[in-house]
Formats: sequence, structure tokens, C-alpha cells
Amino acid sequence: MDEKNLIEMKDLVLNYIIKEYIDEDEEKITYDTALISSGYVDSFSMVSLLVFLENKFKIKIPSSKATPEAFNTVNKIVDLVNQYIK
Amino acid sequence: MSNIGSYEDRLKNFAWSIAEDELDYKSGEIINIGWYCSDRICQKGKADKIALYYEGFEGNEKKFTFNDVRLASNTIGAFLKNLGLKNEDRVCLFMDRIPELYFAFLGVLKIGAVVQPLFSAFGDESLFVRLDNAQTRAIITQNKHLSKIRKIREKLPNLEFIIVVDQVRTKKTENREIGFSLEDTPPVEKFTIFPTKAESPSVLHYTSGTTGQPKGVKHVHYSLISQYLTTKWVLDLRDDDIYWCTADPGWVTGTSYGIIGPWSLGVTQCVLDSGFSAPAWYKFIEKYKVTMWYSAPTAIRSLMKAGDEVVKNYNLSSLRHLASVGEPLNSEAVIWSERIFGKQFHDTFWQTETGSIMITNYPGMKIKPGSMGKPFPGITGAIVDSKTFEPILETGKVGLIAFKPGWPAMMRTYWNNNEKYREKFVNGWYLSGDKATIDSDGYFWFIGRDDDVINTAGHLVSPFEVESALLEHPAVGESAVVAKPDEVNMEVVKAFITLKPGFTASSDLELEIMNFIRKKLSSLAMPQEIEYMDNLPKTRSGKIMRRVLHAREWGEEIGDISTLEND
Repeated sequence: MDEKNLIEMKDLVLNYIIKEYIDEDEEKITYDTALISSGYVDSFSMVSLLVFLENKFKIKIPSSKATPEAFNTVNKIVDLVNQYIK
Repeated sequence: MSNIGSYEDRLKNFAWSIAEDELDYKSGEIINIGWYCSDRICQKGKADKIALYYEGFEGNEKKFTFNDVRLASNTIGAFLKNLGLKNEDRVCLFMDRIPELYFAFLGVLKIGAVVQPLFSAFGDESLFVRLDNAQTRAIITQNKHLSKIRKIREKLPNLEFIIVVDQVRTKKTENREIGFSLEDTPPVEKFTIFPTKAESPSVLHYTSGTTGQPKGVKHVHYSLISQYLTTKWVLDLRDDDIYWCTADPGWVTGTSYGIIGPWSLGVTQCVLDSGFSAPAWYKFIEKYKVTMWYSAPTAIRSLMKAGDEVVKNYNLSSLRHLASVGEPLNSEAVIWSERIFGKQFHDTFWQTETGSIMITNYPGMKIKPGSMGKPFPGITGAIVDSKTFEPILETGKVGLIAFKPGWPAMMRTYWNNNEKYREKFVNGWYLSGDKATIDSDGYFWFIGRDDDVINTAGHLVSPFEVESALLEHPAVGESAVVAKPDEVNMEVVKAFITLKPGFTASSDLELEIMNFIRKKLSSLAMPQEIEYMDNLPKTRSGKIMRRVLHAREWGEEIGDISTLEND
């Protein structure tokens, strides 16, 4: 995947997370912001984030791979998604 | 030697006056939890002892002595009093696990008002029904949660004050909002504490039932007696302990044993305000040299899932005693903890309504992995028949867990719902709503709920509440919500829905509905799975048969379906 597509993908995930999980007043959410360990996205909400990723990228991520560590930042999420994009 | 010593001896010689004497409380005198957890500890010579080590998710570390806790709770109490808040007013705490939450809890109690703690992940609808039911006069919150309150405040005429503790970050205060910064407010050294008595209301926690709206469980200041003694004997807290209760004070464990228990004993506790991750938790234990750890089966199973290797990176030798609460602790978790930490987790059973630990495994007592243990001294617990409500003497026979009323921390009523409260007492027993058996050694063994309430990660979710919220989504025609088995959380919410004409089932719609419920109620209540149905199973009279769907999810026999409607 080229750099431009990668950035687009990260932005798509980042914007979705900001829109769905983070209050409008929150600032400084970046590709490396801790999402799970910070409490922005809790373990229950991770399920809806997983559904979003699977729907959006037409992939299936095994539940064993959808761990709090793998979902902790936008960068990590995109790395994970890329493993399943054919 | 543990604090409880011999369980059998305690049973023989038990009286709640043991706690009253240790707390220097005499019947009829003033008893105020806010004072007991701060001023009294300072008077006992522990003013400079650390009460709280706090760590936020951004690595933000703070520590507070018992004198700091006393001053902070005085300052918040004085602020609330100056606003005109008074005894028995309901003051909601709607915050993450920041220090102000803990201090405000005591500050509200010090003015004689009733603390209404609510889980900060609640959505606006969950928040509204609880504030409306309690006719809450003030809410103390953070800027990050303000938008949820702004959505509902016009429907809450009793809510006069919206107090924002991180006002510095607030862009602009609106109607009824007041900024309050503890750091910028001069500490109040002397504060006249409201003279609450044993039966004065203290804490109002909300819990979910099978039907109807959430119920406000009213507790009183005398609950301290149970909470103090169970903390001492079950959690075995000692003066030099560093205690970590992982529960959020939005739930009863987080207040009974995350504030009242340890601080009434003058014990240092630590709080980690961040999401779960195995390395972060182990690092926290290592860093603060936690000695007593009170956690939940879901967290323990998550740690098990993270694997044994990660533990090896941390020195956890400080751990002395472990206990668990919220859901049944499976035997595998007990065996695992012994192998990994060299200590077994001790299961504790109790409820929002009981206010304190009722059945448990005691330090020094033989643990039968998977068992709930035995009733606390002073608690008469039994398994009663679900039809006659008479105690079942036969071992191994399933019945309802019941207790003889009268322990100090027992709820005093459901807020504005005395009728529901009375229904909890039958034939002289308080009925817990849970089922169990007793073995020949007197150990209780948990079986499950006696109703449809879903226990997900130790939190009760009402299927009715989720079904009602689902019906508010424009696409949903009918809904039925049941528990689905889950490896980590024990149960999760699963929804079955039919769609209104014009809507088509799709995974995008599923996601939309999941997020709709998450924002409206909470992430706990969000269905982890939604199944589209052409029709829901119903009785001939049109009532949805949840139990048919529940049985299907759990691979159980469906049972009598003679009343099932024919398609």
C-alpha cells in the first residue's frame, strides 16, 4: 500500500473513532493516541469498532486478533486491518 | 494470622457491636461516613499517612494524605452547602475515576446529602432515567461528560446545579452550569458536618431488574458497620497494606469497598484511571507494591487470556491477598491465580441491595475452587425453595439464595418504589434473585440468576431497558434481548430484532443499531451481536418468549412451548 492510501486509511479510522467514541471537545487525538488504555474506547465498545472495520474494509478479523493491544492506537488498528486486506 | 482468625469462633461469638465498638459508635449517636473516612482517621494520628495514590491514563500521578482527603471533602462540602444544597438532597457524581470523585463522595455525605454515583460511560438516556427518578438536585461532572447532560437537562426541572470540576477546560458555561476547581479553592479547615444518624440516607446506587426502569437502592450511614467489618475480615486489610480495588465507584463495589471500607480503616489505596491492559495492570501492582487486590472475574479471565508470559516481566511479590467480586469466579481462574501469583482469588458474593459482602471465602479458610464460600458471621444465609420459600436442607438441591433481613448495610428501600422493595422479602427472607446449592460442608455454589437480568462483566443489564431502547430506533419493529455466553465477560447482550417495512437487514444497519444503543444507554448494554428475525417467538397472547431465545443461545432444552404461537 502506498503512503497516500495508508494516510487516507488512517484518517478514515481516526475520523470514525472521533465521531463515534470521543466527545467533541476532546483534543489531540492522533494516530498514536492510546485509545483502549486511555479509556476512550472501552472493551465493550471495541466490538462495534471491529464491526466497523470489517464492514468498511470487507474483511474478517478473528476475535483472537482483536485484542486491546491491537486496537490501542489508530496505527496499530491499521496495521491489523492491512494483514487481512487481500 | 488473618484479621478474622477462626471463622468458626467468629460465628459463635459474633455481634455487630464488634464493629460499633471499634468505630467508637454508640446507638443513637451521630454517624457520618464522610467523617469516619477522613476526620476520624486524622484524629487517630494518621493525618500524614497516604490515603490515595492516583494514576491517570496520561501517566498523571498524584498522592493525597488523609489530611488532604479531609480538607478536600470539607472544601467540596462547603461549596455545595453555599449553593444551598442540604441534607437528603440527591447529588449525582458523574465522573471518571479522578480524585475529585472520591473527595466529592465524602463531601456530599458530610453535608448530609445523598450521593448518587453513576457510571460515567452511561449514555444520555441511562443518565436521564436515573436523575429523573431520584429528582437529583445537583450533578458533579467533568467537561468531557457535559454534552450528555446538556442533552437532557431541559427535561430535568429538579436539576438545579451542574458542577464542572475541570472548569478551566470548559469553553463556556451554559445554563445551570458552575465551574469548580478544587485546586483553586482555598481549603476549608473547619467544617461542621451534618449530624446524620444511623438511618439517615447516604448512598443511592441504581441497579437493573428484569422489568421496569432501573431501581434506586437506598442505603444509610449505618451501612458503615457492615462495610468496615467485612473489609477488615474478608479483604483482610491491615494498617500497612496498599490496597487496589479495581471497581469504578459508579457501581456499589467501588463505593462500599473502593472508598468506605478502606478509608474507614485508615488504609492506603490506589486508583488507576485507565482502560484495561494486562501489562498496565501488572506494572501498576509492581509500581505501588499492591498487597491486597480486589478485582472481578472478567478482569481475571482477561489476564488469563493475555497469557502467562507477560506476568514474568513484573515483580508481583508484594501481593498478599486476592479477592474477586461481581460474577461467579470460575474454578479455572482460582487455579490459575494460585499458579501465577502463588495466591488464590477469594470469591465474594453480594449485591447492590446487600451493600456489603454476604457469602465469601475467608483468609485461612480452605477454598473449594468455583465455590462462593460461606455466609459472613452475623449473616443468616440459606437456599430456599422457589415455591414454598422454606429453606432447603438437602445438599446439592438448587434453590434461591436468601438472607434473613437485618444486617447493617441492607438496603432500606428502592427509591420511590416501596412496592418493589417489599416484593424482595418473602416468608421472612430477603430474596437475592440468584440461585445456588449448598454442599455437605456448608459451601454455597452459584448456579445462575432466577430472572432474565444479564450479568455482563459483573454489571447487571436489564433486557427490558435494552429492548425498549431498541424500539426507539427507526428500523426496529420488535426486539428481544437475552444473555449470550461469553468466555471473558461470562455473559454479553444479544438482541434479536425484526425490521419495520422498508428496512433491509445488513451489517451496516447492525453497526448503526449497536452504536445507537451504546450512546443511548451504555457500552455494557450495547448488543454484542444482533440477529435479524422474520418473527420473534411469542405466546398466543402476543408476549415475546425470551426464554426460547435464551435456551437457544445456551444450548439448553427449550422447555414447555405449549403456549408458543403458531406461525
